[in-house]
Amino acid sequence: MLEAVDLQCERGHRRLFDRLSFAVTAGQCTQIVGDNGAGKTSLLRILCGLLRPTHGEVRWHGRRIDRVRDEYGADLAYVGHLNGVKDDLTAAENLRTWAASCGLNVGGDQVAEALRLFSIDQFAQWQAGHLSQGQKRRVGLARLAMPQQARIWILDEPFNALDRHGVETLNRLIAQRVGGGGAVILTTHQAWQAPVPVVRLELGTGRPG
Amino acid sequence: MIRTLLAAAHRDLLLGLRQRSDVANVLLFFVIVVTMVPLGVGPDKDLLRMIAPGVVWVAALLASILSLGRLFALDYADGTLEQIMLSGQPLSLAVLGKIVAHWLITGAPLTALSVVLALMFDMALVPGVTLVASLLLGTPCLSLIGAVGAALTLGLRGGGVLITLLVLPLYVPVLIFGAGAVDASAGGLSPASHLMLLGGLTLAAGALAPWAITAALRVSVE
Repeated sequence: MLEAVDLQCERGHRRLFDRLSFAVTAGQCTQIVGDNGAGKTSLLRILCGLLRPTHGEVRWHGRRIDRVRDEYGADLAYVGHLNGVKDDLTAAENLRTWAASCGLNVGGDQVAEALRLFSIDQFAQWQAGHLSQGQKRRVGLARLAMPQQARIWILDEPFNALDRHGVETLNRLIAQRVGGGGAVILTTHQAWQAPVPVVRLELGTGRPG
Repeated sequence: MIRTLLAAAHRDLLLGLRQRSDVANVLLFFVIVVTMVPLGVGPDKDLLRMIAPGVVWVAALLASILSLGRLFALDYADGTLEQIMLSGQPLSLAVLGKIVAHWLITGAPLTALSVVLALMFDMALVPGVTLVASLLLGTPCLSLIGAVGAALTLGLRGGGVLITLLVLPLYVPVLIFGAGAVDASAGGLSPASHLMLLGGLTLAAGALAPWAITAALRVSVE
Protein backbone atom coordinates (compact mmCIF):
# COMPACT_ATOMS: atom_id res chain seq x y z
CA MET A 1 0.00 0.00 0.00
CA LEU A 2 3.00 2.25 0.49
CA GLU A 3 6.05 2.06 -1.68
CA ALA A 4 9.37 3.89 -1.40
CA VAL A 5 11.26 4.02 -4.67
CA ASP A 6 14.94 4.81 -4.87
CA LEU A 7 14.89 7.32 -2.03
CA GLN A 8 17.83 9.54 -1.35
CA CYS A 9 18.02 12.10 1.42
CA GLU A 10 20.63 14.72 2.09
CA ARG A 11 20.55 16.98 5.09
CA GLY A 12 23.11 19.76 5.30
CA HIS A 13 25.54 18.29 2.71
CA ARG A 14 25.42 14.92 4.37
CA ARG A 15 23.93 11.95 2.60
CA LEU A 16 21.77 10.05 5.05
CA PHE A 17 20.66 7.28 2.74
CA ASP A 18 20.71 6.53 -0.93
CA ARG A 19 18.87 4.14 -3.27
CA LEU A 20 16.52 3.07 -0.55
CA SER A 21 13.56 1.13 -1.89
CA PHE A 22 11.05 -0.86 0.07
CA ALA A 23 7.36 -1.56 0.19
CA VAL A 24 4.93 -1.66 3.05
CA THR A 25 1.97 -3.97 2.61
CA ALA A 26 -1.29 -4.15 4.49
CA GLY A 27 -1.01 -6.01 7.77
CA GLN A 28 2.68 -5.29 8.13
CA CYS A 29 4.55 -3.66 10.95
CA THR A 30 7.85 -2.11 9.94
CA GLN A 31 10.48 -1.03 12.41
CA ILE A 32 13.16 1.28 11.15
CA VAL A 33 16.40 0.81 13.02
CA GLY A 34 19.62 2.72 12.87
CA ASP A 35 22.00 4.78 14.97
CA ASN A 36 21.44 8.37 15.94
CA GLY A 37 21.72 10.48 12.85
CA ALA A 38 21.13 7.58 10.49
CA GLY A 39 18.09 9.38 9.10
CA LYS A 40 15.21 7.55 10.75
CA THR A 41 13.21 10.68 11.45
CA SER A 42 13.99 12.08 8.02
CA LEU A 43 12.81 8.86 6.42
CA LEU A 44 9.55 8.95 8.36
CA ARG A 45 9.00 12.59 7.42
CA ILE A 46 9.62 11.72 3.79
CA LEU A 47 7.11 8.90 4.02
CA CYS A 48 4.58 11.38 5.44
CA GLY A 49 5.27 13.89 2.72
CA LEU A 50 6.52 16.52 5.18
CA LEU A 51 10.02 16.34 3.75
CA ARG A 52 10.91 16.08 0.11
CA PRO A 53 13.54 13.47 -0.73
CA THR A 54 16.47 14.78 -2.77
CA HIS A 55 15.81 11.90 -5.14
CA GLY A 56 13.17 9.23 -5.56
CA GLU A 57 9.55 9.18 -4.59
CA VAL A 58 7.01 7.65 -2.28
CA ARG A 59 3.93 6.05 -3.79
CA TRP A 60 0.65 5.35 -2.10
CA HIS A 61 -1.47 2.84 -4.00
CA GLY A 62 0.75 3.52 -6.98
CA ARG A 63 0.39 7.30 -6.93
CA ARG A 64 2.99 9.83 -5.84
CA ILE A 65 2.04 11.14 -2.42
CA ASP A 66 2.62 14.79 -3.32
CA ARG A 67 -0.01 14.42 -6.06
CA VAL A 68 -2.65 13.00 -3.72
CA ARG A 69 -1.76 14.85 -0.54
CA ASP A 70 -5.27 15.18 0.87
CA GLU A 71 -6.41 11.61 0.16
CA TYR A 72 -3.12 10.30 1.52
CA GLY A 73 -3.36 12.54 4.58
CA ALA A 74 -6.78 11.11 5.39
CA ASP A 75 -5.28 7.61 5.29
CA LEU A 76 -2.35 8.53 7.49
CA ALA A 77 -1.80 9.09 11.18
CA TYR A 78 1.54 10.55 12.19
CA VAL A 79 2.95 10.95 15.67
CA GLY A 80 6.28 12.71 15.54
CA HIS A 81 8.79 13.96 18.09
CA LEU A 82 6.41 16.82 18.73
CA ASN A 83 3.13 15.83 20.25
CA GLY A 84 0.99 18.34 18.44
CA VAL A 85 -0.67 19.15 21.75
CA LYS A 86 -1.62 22.73 22.62
CA ASP A 87 -0.61 23.75 26.14
CA ASP A 88 -3.50 26.20 26.41
CA LEU A 89 -6.20 23.68 25.56
CA THR A 90 -7.41 20.91 27.81
CA ALA A 91 -6.61 17.32 26.92
CA ALA A 92 -10.17 16.75 25.71
CA GLU A 93 -10.22 19.98 23.70
CA ASN A 94 -6.95 18.98 22.06
CA LEU A 95 -8.46 15.76 20.79
CA ARG A 96 -11.72 17.38 19.79
CA THR A 97 -10.09 20.21 17.81
CA TRP A 98 -7.74 17.73 16.16
CA ALA A 99 -10.68 15.55 15.09
CA ALA A 100 -12.56 18.58 13.79
CA SER A 101 -9.56 19.70 11.75
CA CYS A 102 -9.43 16.23 10.19
CA GLY A 103 -13.12 16.42 9.35
CA LEU A 104 -13.95 13.57 11.72
CA ASN A 105 -17.28 13.48 13.50
CA VAL A 106 -16.57 12.45 17.06
CA GLY A 107 -18.70 12.66 20.15
CA GLY A 108 -17.64 13.53 23.67
CA ASP A 109 -17.82 9.90 24.72
CA GLN A 110 -15.39 8.85 22.00
CA VAL A 111 -12.91 11.46 23.18
CA ALA A 112 -13.39 10.30 26.77
CA GLU A 113 -12.89 6.69 25.69
CA ALA A 114 -9.62 7.49 23.89
CA LEU A 115 -8.36 9.36 26.95
CA ARG A 116 -9.46 6.55 29.27
CA LEU A 117 -7.54 4.04 27.18
CA PHE A 118 -4.36 5.96 27.93
CA SER A 119 -5.51 6.54 31.54
CA ILE A 120 -5.55 10.30 31.30
CA ASP A 121 -9.32 10.58 31.62
CA GLN A 122 -9.00 12.06 35.10
CA PHE A 123 -6.97 14.92 33.58
CA ALA A 124 -9.31 15.43 30.62
CA GLN A 125 -10.29 18.90 31.79
CA TRP A 126 -6.74 19.97 32.67
CA GLN A 127 -4.92 22.33 30.40
CA ALA A 128 -2.21 20.33 28.67
CA GLY A 129 0.42 22.80 29.89
CA HIS A 130 -0.13 21.47 33.41
CA LEU A 131 0.45 17.86 32.37
CA SER A 132 3.76 16.04 32.59
CA GLN A 133 5.79 15.16 29.51
CA GLY A 134 4.59 11.57 29.56
CA GLN A 135 0.98 12.62 29.99
CA LYS A 136 1.24 15.02 27.06
CA ARG A 137 2.69 12.18 25.02
CA ARG A 138 -0.36 10.12 25.91
CA VAL A 139 -2.67 12.91 24.76
CA GLY A 140 -0.80 12.94 21.44
CA LEU A 141 -1.02 9.15 21.17
CA ALA A 142 -4.68 9.11 22.17
CA ARG A 143 -5.36 10.37 18.65
CA LEU A 144 -4.58 6.83 17.50
CA ALA A 145 -7.32 5.50 19.72
CA MET A 146 -9.95 7.77 18.19
CA PRO A 147 -12.31 6.33 15.59
CA GLN A 148 -10.57 7.15 12.33
CA GLN A 149 -10.09 5.84 8.87
CA ALA A 150 -6.29 6.16 8.80
CA ARG A 151 -4.83 2.81 7.86
CA ILE A 152 -1.18 3.83 7.81
CA TRP A 153 0.42 4.82 11.08
CA ILE A 154 3.80 6.45 11.09
CA LEU A 155 5.18 6.73 14.61
CA ASP A 156 8.47 8.38 15.47
CA GLU A 157 9.78 7.13 18.81
CA PRO A 158 6.26 6.63 20.15
CA PHE A 159 7.46 4.92 23.32
CA ASN A 160 9.50 7.89 24.52
CA ALA A 161 8.41 9.14 27.92
CA LEU A 162 5.77 6.42 28.18
CA ASP A 163 5.45 4.21 31.24
CA ARG A 164 4.82 0.47 31.17
CA HIS A 165 1.07 0.81 31.06
CA GLY A 166 1.28 3.31 28.20
CA VAL A 167 3.54 0.96 26.25
CA GLU A 168 1.08 -1.89 26.73
CA THR A 169 -1.81 0.24 25.51
CA LEU A 170 0.12 1.38 22.46
CA ASN A 171 1.19 -2.19 21.69
CA ARG A 172 -2.44 -3.27 21.81
CA LEU A 173 -3.44 -0.48 19.41
CA ILE A 174 -0.61 -1.35 17.04
CA ALA A 175 -1.63 -5.01 17.06
CA GLN A 176 -5.23 -4.00 16.34
CA ARG A 177 -4.18 -1.75 13.49
CA VAL A 178 -1.94 -4.34 11.89
CA GLY A 179 -4.53 -7.07 12.45
CA GLY A 180 -7.21 -4.90 10.86
CA GLY A 181 -5.34 -4.64 7.58
CA GLY A 182 -3.44 -1.47 8.37
CA ALA A 183 0.26 -0.80 8.33
CA VAL A 184 2.45 0.59 11.07
CA ILE A 185 5.89 2.08 10.51
CA LEU A 186 7.80 3.10 13.58
CA THR A 187 11.18 3.79 15.09
CA THR A 188 12.17 3.12 18.64
CA HIS A 189 15.36 3.08 20.62
CA GLN A 190 13.99 1.07 23.46
CA ALA A 191 14.02 -2.68 23.68
CA TRP A 192 10.58 -3.23 22.28
CA GLN A 193 8.55 -6.36 22.81
CA ALA A 194 6.70 -6.18 19.52
CA PRO A 195 3.14 -7.48 19.78
CA VAL A 196 3.19 -8.57 16.12
CA PRO A 197 5.79 -9.93 13.68
CA VAL A 198 8.01 -7.05 12.67
CA VAL A 199 9.88 -6.32 9.46
CA ARG A 200 13.12 -4.55 10.34
CA LEU A 201 14.59 -2.01 8.02
CA GLU A 202 18.19 -1.14 8.73
CA LEU A 203 19.47 2.31 7.89
CA GLY A 204 23.16 2.99 7.27
CA THR A 205 25.64 3.90 9.93
CA GLY A 206 25.09 7.60 9.44
CA ARG A 207 28.70 8.17 8.49
CA PRO A 208 29.34 10.70 5.75
CA GLY A 209 29.71 9.21 2.35
CA MET B 1 -14.82 22.21 2.90
CA ILE B 2 -16.24 25.02 4.97
CA ARG B 3 -15.95 22.78 8.03
CA THR B 4 -12.17 22.72 7.70
CA LEU B 5 -12.12 26.50 7.70
CA LEU B 6 -14.49 26.74 10.65
CA ALA B 7 -12.58 24.09 12.62
CA ALA B 8 -9.31 25.99 12.22
CA ALA B 9 -10.94 29.31 13.07
CA HIS B 10 -12.71 27.85 16.09
CA ARG B 11 -9.50 26.36 17.46
CA ASP B 12 -7.56 29.61 17.11
CA LEU B 13 -10.36 31.66 18.65
CA LEU B 14 -10.41 29.26 21.59
CA LEU B 15 -6.64 29.71 21.93
CA GLY B 16 -7.02 33.48 21.67
CA LEU B 17 -9.52 33.31 24.50
CA ARG B 18 -6.99 31.38 26.64
CA GLN B 19 -4.14 33.78 25.79
CA ARG B 20 -6.10 36.96 26.38
CA SER B 21 -3.07 38.91 27.56
CA ASP B 22 -1.26 38.36 24.23
CA VAL B 23 -4.28 39.70 22.40
CA ALA B 24 -4.66 42.64 24.77
CA ASN B 25 -0.97 43.55 24.38
CA VAL B 26 -1.40 44.15 20.66
CA LEU B 27 -4.38 46.42 21.23
CA LEU B 28 -2.57 48.26 24.00
CA PHE B 29 0.39 48.77 21.70
CA PHE B 30 -1.92 50.24 19.06
CA VAL B 31 -3.46 52.69 21.52
CA ILE B 32 -0.12 53.70 23.02
CA VAL B 33 1.53 54.37 19.66
CA VAL B 34 -1.38 56.54 18.58
CA THR B 35 -1.39 58.38 21.91
CA MET B 36 2.34 59.10 21.66
CA VAL B 37 1.92 61.25 18.56
CA PRO B 38 0.07 64.21 20.13
CA LEU B 39 2.67 64.18 22.91
CA GLY B 40 5.38 64.43 20.29
CA VAL B 41 3.95 67.00 17.88
CA GLY B 42 2.16 69.24 20.37
CA PRO B 43 -1.48 70.08 20.98
CA ASP B 44 -2.22 71.84 17.69
CA LYS B 45 -5.79 70.71 17.00
CA ASP B 46 -5.80 71.34 13.25
CA LEU B 47 -2.48 69.63 12.73
CA LEU B 48 -3.57 66.60 14.75
CA ARG B 49 -6.85 66.37 12.87
CA MET B 50 -4.89 66.44 9.63
CA ILE B 51 -2.39 63.73 10.52
CA ALA B 52 -4.84 61.52 12.43
CA PRO B 53 -5.67 59.12 9.54
CA GLY B 54 -2.03 58.48 8.77
CA VAL B 55 -1.14 58.02 12.42
CA VAL B 56 -3.95 55.57 13.12
CA TRP B 57 -3.21 53.60 9.96
CA VAL B 58 0.53 53.38 10.61
CA ALA B 59 -0.13 52.28 14.17
CA ALA B 60 -2.55 49.65 12.86
CA LEU B 61 0.11 48.32 10.47
CA LEU B 62 2.66 48.06 13.27
CA ALA B 63 0.21 46.43 15.65
CA SER B 64 -0.74 43.95 12.96
CA ILE B 65 2.90 43.04 12.37
CA LEU B 66 3.43 42.60 16.08
CA SER B 67 0.66 40.03 16.20
CA LEU B 68 1.92 38.00 13.23
CA GLY B 69 4.54 36.16 15.25
CA ARG B 70 1.80 34.15 16.95
CA LEU B 71 0.10 33.11 13.76
CA PHE B 72 2.10 29.99 12.83
CA ALA B 73 5.11 30.00 15.18
CA LEU B 74 3.32 28.37 18.12
CA ASP B 75 1.72 25.71 15.92
CA TYR B 76 5.11 25.05 14.37
CA ALA B 77 6.85 24.71 17.73
CA ASP B 78 4.42 22.24 19.26
CA GLY B 79 3.84 20.12 16.16
CA THR B 80 0.23 21.16 15.56
CA LEU B 81 1.19 22.53 12.17
CA GLU B 82 2.44 19.10 11.03
CA GLN B 83 -0.83 17.58 12.15
CA ILE B 84 -2.80 20.21 10.23
CA MET B 85 -0.73 19.51 7.12
CA LEU B 86 -1.39 15.78 7.41
CA SER B 87 -5.05 16.13 8.33
CA GLY B 88 -6.22 15.11 4.88
CA GLN B 89 -8.04 18.40 4.45
CA PRO B 90 -6.97 21.21 2.11
CA LEU B 91 -4.24 23.18 3.86
CA SER B 92 -5.26 26.44 2.18
CA LEU B 93 -8.66 26.28 3.87
CA ALA B 94 -7.19 25.62 7.29
CA VAL B 95 -4.84 28.55 6.69
CA LEU B 96 -7.74 30.78 5.69
CA GLY B 97 -9.54 29.75 8.86
CA LYS B 98 -6.51 30.71 10.93
CA ILE B 99 -6.40 34.10 9.19
CA VAL B 100 -10.09 34.69 9.85
CA ALA B 101 -9.48 33.98 13.53
CA HIS B 102 -6.40 36.22 13.51
CA TRP B 103 -8.43 39.06 12.05
CA LEU B 104 -11.21 38.54 14.58
CA ILE B 105 -8.80 38.81 17.51
CA THR B 106 -6.62 41.63 16.14
CA GLY B 107 -8.09 43.48 13.14
CA ALA B 108 -11.65 43.61 14.40
CA PRO B 109 -10.83 44.99 17.87
CA LEU B 110 -8.38 47.47 16.27
CA THR B 111 -11.20 48.72 14.09
CA ALA B 112 -13.50 49.03 17.08
CA LEU B 113 -10.85 50.92 19.06
CA SER B 114 -10.32 53.35 16.20
CA VAL B 115 -13.72 54.87 17.02
CA VAL B 116 -12.33 56.09 20.31
CA LEU B 117 -9.11 57.26 18.69
CA ALA B 118 -11.05 59.21 16.06
CA LEU B 119 -12.81 61.04 18.90
CA MET B 120 -9.47 61.62 20.60
CA PHE B 121 -8.16 63.37 17.48
CA ASP B 122 -11.36 65.41 17.28
CA MET B 123 -12.20 64.07 13.85
CA ALA B 124 -15.51 65.13 12.31
CA LEU B 125 -18.26 62.55 11.91
CA VAL B 126 -17.80 61.75 8.22
CA PRO B 127 -14.00 61.32 8.23
CA GLY B 128 -14.33 59.38 11.47
CA VAL B 129 -16.80 56.96 9.94
CA THR B 130 -14.58 56.70 6.86
CA LEU B 131 -11.62 55.82 9.09
CA VAL B 132 -13.55 52.99 10.69
CA ALA B 133 -14.81 51.81 7.30
CA SER B 134 -11.32 51.89 5.79
CA LEU B 135 -9.93 49.86 8.70
CA LEU B 136 -12.78 47.40 8.40
CA LEU B 137 -11.97 46.87 4.73
CA GLY B 138 -8.19 47.07 5.05
CA THR B 139 -7.27 45.12 8.19
CA PRO B 140 -8.25 41.73 6.68
CA CYS B 141 -5.76 42.50 3.93
CA LEU B 142 -3.09 43.18 6.57
CA SER B 143 -3.76 39.77 8.14
CA LEU B 144 -3.62 38.04 4.74
CA ILE B 145 -0.41 39.68 3.53
CA GLY B 146 1.16 39.38 6.95
CA ALA B 147 0.42 35.67 7.04
CA VAL B 148 2.51 35.20 3.88
CA GLY B 149 5.43 36.86 5.66
CA ALA B 150 4.84 34.81 8.79
CA ALA B 151 4.84 31.59 6.77
CA LEU B 152 8.01 32.54 4.90
CA THR B 153 9.97 33.43 8.04
CA LEU B 154 8.73 30.46 10.06
CA GLY B 155 11.48 28.78 12.01
CA LEU B 156 14.15 31.31 11.07
CA ARG B 157 16.32 32.95 13.66
CA GLY B 158 15.60 36.66 13.92
CA GLY B 159 12.37 36.07 12.05
CA GLY B 160 10.75 38.98 13.88
CA VAL B 161 12.83 41.65 12.18
CA LEU B 162 12.80 39.86 8.85
CA ILE B 163 9.03 39.64 8.82
CA THR B 164 8.84 43.41 9.33
CA LEU B 165 11.18 44.04 6.42
CA LEU B 166 9.28 41.61 4.22
CA VAL B 167 5.78 42.66 5.03
CA LEU B 168 5.91 46.43 5.58
CA PRO B 169 6.63 47.28 1.92
CA LEU B 170 3.71 45.08 0.89
CA TYR B 171 1.47 47.02 3.26
CA VAL B 172 2.15 50.27 1.38
CA PRO B 173 -0.86 50.11 -1.00
CA VAL B 174 -3.18 49.34 1.91
CA LEU B 175 -1.78 52.30 3.83
CA ILE B 176 -2.08 54.67 0.85
CA PHE B 177 -5.68 53.81 0.04
CA GLY B 178 -6.72 53.48 3.68
CA ALA B 179 -5.34 56.81 4.85
CA GLY B 180 -6.22 58.32 1.46
CA ALA B 181 -9.89 57.48 1.91
CA VAL B 182 -10.00 59.38 5.20
CA ASP B 183 -8.07 62.33 3.76
CA ALA B 184 -10.47 62.50 0.83
CA SER B 185 -13.53 62.57 3.05
CA ALA B 186 -11.92 65.16 5.35
CA GLY B 187 -11.35 67.31 2.26
CA GLY B 188 -15.01 67.02 1.31
CA LEU B 189 -14.47 64.49 -1.48
CA SER B 190 -16.06 61.08 -1.82
CA PRO B 191 -13.88 58.31 -0.32
CA ALA B 192 -15.70 55.71 -2.42
CA SER B 193 -12.94 55.11 -4.96
CA HIS B 194 -10.32 54.63 -2.24
CA LEU B 195 -12.56 52.30 -0.31
CA MET B 196 -13.35 50.26 -3.41
CA LEU B 197 -9.67 49.87 -4.21
CA LEU B 198 -9.07 48.86 -0.61
CA GLY B 199 -11.82 46.27 -0.82
CA GLY B 200 -10.36 45.07 -4.10
CA LEU B 201 -6.94 44.66 -2.51
CA THR B 202 -8.44 42.62 0.31
CA LEU B 203 -10.34 40.38 -2.09
CA ALA B 204 -7.28 39.85 -4.27
CA ALA B 205 -5.19 39.03 -1.21
CA GLY B 206 -7.92 36.68 0.02
CA ALA B 207 -7.83 34.82 -3.28
CA LEU B 208 -4.07 34.63 -3.69
CA ALA B 209 -2.52 34.67 -0.21
CA PRO B 210 -3.72 31.20 0.92
CA TRP B 211 -1.86 29.55 -1.98
CA ALA B 212 1.32 31.47 -1.27
CA ILE B 213 1.05 30.68 2.44
CA THR B 214 0.45 27.00 1.78
CA ALA B 215 3.54 26.78 -0.42
CA ALA B 216 5.64 28.74 2.08
CA LEU B 217 4.51 26.54 4.98
CA ARG B 218 5.41 23.34 3.12
CA VAL B 219 8.92 24.69 2.59
CA SER B 220 9.25 25.98 6.15
CA VAL B 221 8.23 22.68 7.73
CA GLU B 222 11.00 20.83 5.87
